[in-house]
Amino acid sequence: MYKAKIDVTLKESVSDPQGQTVLQSLRSLGFQNIESLRVGKHFEMVLNANGQEKAESDIKAMCGQLLVNPVIEQYTVRVEQV
Amino acid sequence: MKAGIVVFPGSNCDRDCFHVLRDVVKIDVAYIWHKSTSVGEIDLVVLPGGFSYGDYLRCGAIARFSPVMEAVERHARLGRPVLGICNGFQILLEVGLLPGAMLRNKSLRFVCKHVHLKTENARSMFTTRLEPGEILKIPIAHGEGGYFCDERTLEELEANNQIAFRYVSETGELGDEFNPNGSLRHIAGVLNKEGNVLGMMPHPERSSEQILGCEDGRKIWDSILEAYR
Repeated sequence: MYKAKIDVTLKESVSDPQGQTVLQSLRSLGFQNIESLRVGKHFEMVLNANGQEKAESDIKAMCGQLLVNPVIEQYTVRVEQV
Repeated sequence: MKAGIVVFPGSNCDRDCFHVLRDVVKIDVAYIWHKSTSVGEIDLVVLPGGFSYGDYLRCGAIARFSPVMEAVERHARLGRPVLGICNGFQILLEVGLLPGAMLRNKSLRFVCKHVHLKTENARSMFTTRLEPGEILKIPIAHGEGGYFCDERTLEELEANNQIAFRYVSETGELGDEFNPNGSLRHIAGVLNKEGNVLGMMPHPERSSEQILGCEDGRKIWDSILEAYR
């Protein structure tokens, strides 16, 4: 079995008002050292696959078809055997 | 002319559309359940507003895989009209019948109010009853209506006259203060290249009768009707 962690964020070219609001809120709490902040989505998935490569290619397909909208979003994946 | 209104789990403007088409525009109309694999013998497909599948993941992202959507895509490819309103527009973007994507409103708030739209393309089958530049007063009600697309797509939309409506002031001025959701270039409605698919965030079905304070939405239904005569 494999455990996958998928992080989806808005592309750099897409404005993220939610991230801006959180950033401003943190700054107003005194955390003045924040350079930038983006809010995203996190998926955790356990899946059966015949090898690491297959698990990774399955997840890539899932991101392409449903989990990510490539017009506005980008993603990173970490897959490990469990 | 006959219209079909697709009903997804979570649609909530399907009955409003049905009422307006049957009782105001006075055409034949039927509901199409989202599990149907055909749209039947109809001319116009309407994807109504609402919160299909609870708007989970992204608005329209799950609904676009409903069985009916393959039939809607076939209908569109035959050059027949498809109108997506609000959540229907979001579904058309997710399924790729229209270019671009929706972002959360810039204000991060759900916005429910009347807005003014400028008719940018008065030649499509959805806008023939409108004058170029005509201002319409139609309500919006959404939390994720910030239209976005990449630079190249935007240039294509402009060049092909695919921007149907923009948010403006009552007198037709463009400005961030008249843009309710942060849409790129104030875009409120987008056509496909062929002009037979329209997605718009404002709700014409909520402004087609005087009792609701405004009848401007009626002109969109009447345009479609005229295109079919």
